[in-house]
Amino acid sequence: MYILDIEELAVTYTKDRQKIRALKDVSFQVKQGESYGIVGESGSGKSTVLRAICGLAPQSHGSILVGQKPLDASRDFDFYRQVQMVFQDPYASLHPRHTVDHVLSEPLTIHRFDDCEARVARALTDVGLGSDFRFRYPHQLSGGQRQRVAVARALILEPQILLLDEPTSALDASIQAEVLNLLDRLRAERGLTYVLVSHDLSVVAHMCERVMVMQHGLVVEELTRQDLQARRATKVYTKALLAATLGYRADEKEKPQ
Amino acid sequence: MTPFLSVENLNISFPARQKTVQAVRGVNFSMGRERLGIVGESGSGKSQTGRAILGLTPSPGVASADRLEFDGTDLTRASQSEWRAIRGQRISMVMQDPKFSLNPVMTIGWQLIEAYRTKHRAPKSLAVEKSLEMLNAVQIRDVERVMRAYPHELSGGMGQRAMIAMMLITEPELLIADEPTSALDVTVQIEVLRILDKLVTDRGMGLIFISHDLRLVSSFCDRVLVMYAGQIVEEIAAADLAHAKHPYTQGLFNCLPRIEGGIRPLPILTRDDAWAN
Amino acid sequence: MTKPLSSRDWLLSDLPTSRRQAKAGHFYRIWLAFKANKLAMVGLGIVALLLAAAILAPLIAPYNPVIGGDLRTERLLPPSLTHLMGTDEQARDILSRVLHGSRLTLLVVALVAVIATPVGLLVGTTAGYFGGWVDSALMRVTDVFLAFPRLVLALAFVAALGPGIENAIIAIAITSWPPYARLARAETLTIRDADFIAAIRLQGATSPRIIWGHVVPLCLSSVIVRVTLDMAGIILTAAGLGFLGLGAQPPQPEWGAMIASGRRFLIDFWWVATMPGIAIFIVSLGFNLLGDGLRDVLDPKSIK
Repeated sequence: MYILDIEELAVTYTKDRQKIRALKDVSFQVKQGESYGIVGESGSGKSTVLRAICGLAPQSHGSILVGQKPLDASRDFDFYRQVQMVFQDPYASLHPRHTVDHVLSEPLTIHRFDDCEARVARALTDVGLGSDFRFRYPHQLSGGQRQRVAVARALILEPQILLLDEPTSALDASIQAEVLNLLDRLRAERGLTYVLVSHDLSVVAHMCERVMVMQHGLVVEELTRQDLQARRATKVYTKALLAATLGYRADEKEKPQ
Repeated sequence: MTPFLSVENLNISFPARQKTVQAVRGVNFSMGRERLGIVGESGSGKSQTGRAILGLTPSPGVASADRLEFDGTDLTRASQSEWRAIRGQRISMVMQDPKFSLNPVMTIGWQLIEAYRTKHRAPKSLAVEKSLEMLNAVQIRDVERVMRAYPHELSGGMGQRAMIAMMLITEPELLIADEPTSALDVTVQIEVLRILDKLVTDRGMGLIFISHDLRLVSSFCDRVLVMYAGQIVEEIAAADLAHAKHPYTQGLFNCLPRIEGGIRPLPILTRDDAWAN
Repeated sequence: MTKPLSSRDWLLSDLPTSRRQAKAGHFYRIWLAFKANKLAMVGLGIVALLLAAAILAPLIAPYNPVIGGDLRTERLLPPSLTHLMGTDEQARDILSRVLHGSRLTLLVVALVAVIATPVGLLVGTTAGYFGGWVDSALMRVTDVFLAFPRLVLALAFVAALGPGIENAIIAIAITSWPPYARLARAETLTIRDADFIAAIRLQGATSPRIIWGHVVPLCLSSVIVRVTLDMAGIILTAAGLGFLGLGAQPPQPEWGAMIASGRRFLIDFWWVATMPGIAIFIVSLGFNLLGDGLRDVLDPKSIK
């Protein structure tokens, strides 16, 4: 059954009396326990989809159903226990003046969990960070370590759906591999549902079973991992993205856009 | 190939409050008029190496080398006027984000004209002609509009092409490109690289391509230097990358997710302290 | 700043094991950076001296600041060993008056800071965080208060409520908070859209929690620097009010009032007006140096 059902979603920003349609008409469904990818370049609206699900973007049309229940205009406590997000920039997603301990205990305090101490300690070990890291400030952590803390923060409220907005784009290749492996392991252990956004087709193909390609706020097409591996794309744009993953090839003729 | 650029024992250190940070340690390499890629992760020293060739190490950093020679000129002993004759004229540098590397308060046209007239004492009309020619060479279609535009009015790809135009209008012999396409969308990256490819080939320039993207560099360059913790750990022909010898290069190559892949979990790069020595 | 009695290593440890250690280590690093700046330490020293003078005035002042000596023989004596700063026209020892006056100066500075800073922070962060009509409304209120020149407002207060140092403090505080609100608002606008704010909103935090726990700590640095740099101006304004007779009333030894009353003796008995003037100058300089030092040290990019 679909744990996430998006129909005709549109997001419009109003800036200086000008309307910017970040998302025009996006529809897709995600099954429980699935890892669903959204890939696109800058301006495609892929990150906006995640923000709209969280209530952080001005939705102008369409419906979002989580666990088959429609969402209110403002997200409530139940929503935050079901859906959480990991942000792209590890340098911007942690408060510079809060220790790791504060970052992890605050959500527990807000939702009035008990045994916070144990939960924080467990959250850290789950993401592969020892108790050494508990009282450090973000500037004392590397990019990969910060991203692990961000993942721990997202999982501490025990959500079912994790939205990942380019979680490894700002990380070095070797660290990216570690974080992707971590995400893989956590999903298997906890039966989580992922919606992973990236501009990197290789990352998305590795992590996700199904992929939606977006451009200019619209869905281009939806592919399975097998389609990608066989390079079976029907739309020109998807083919261009696939070709770009092969790196630069001097003998390639210029493709019309 | 006769060494066009020779670097021997390049060291760059940055004094900090508690201790001195060695950003680059004992780097040796030489190149002819070819395409050399320098690959490394953040903190490997690749960008600093590129800047040191142009004498642009930011203070308080200190760069020193036993030998830094460009086409017969000893750069370790170059005076300010000698540097002026080299920077931008014979060796140019293209950087990552045109938003930050182009002067935001001058139009593209003005910056191109100024770049040209710094090297050649030419009348303005000739400089304008050359600028338009250059913008055409980087396949910008609406050249008149771009001449009059400010950097923030251009998209990422256009801005980067304008930057390339500005850096190549003086017809340098060596181009250092520091992550020239990292800030661009992947389809735009390929376009920009194609333009760079053509220009470098047509003009017989040498190119140093600095990037964190091993796959991209190996598909664009002839030879690749792999850097780790300020040192070069491997020097390899781009075609042979799959058969790299150093464990760091192998690890870096193997840990990338691939579309056709299927290796789960991804092989991790386990760092050996011995590599940093 | 109180330094814990633990060793330097405990404070500078990269692996703190408790909240207390992490916080202490954070402040200790700031302190070390501050200590390296000699001028800033001079500023801190001067402010510390002001504090000491104010606290210890009754103990160290050699004479009574309010009751003078013999009006026939001890008026307008030049600085000497018995009267280090000389005496004024009412035979009062100027040094004692300056020392006691430091209490008034400190009172003004402390109360203005304590009143204006929280008000400015609250208004600025609220306006910046919520935006929209809340922002417009609060900023218009801020503009209204910003429009009043301090002295004019003080005159109005005095006309309404009578002269006195309390009213002077209120007048100065009321005109001091708007720049802090503007500053806090500007800082809030830069962080409002940051991912860490989005993250905590997504965890169900209410707006007051976000403003108090996440926004204010980041605005605090620049507001503290601004307040410290403003203190010199506040002291001068209080002195100006005193000079006009609107601040502390005689016989209170307020420095500005002392300058006013010593004005007519300036040519022949320069010390009566100059000594309090020098005191004002040194204390203003001290706050300026301290503020500059704090700015260099609290700039987030340089904290390591």
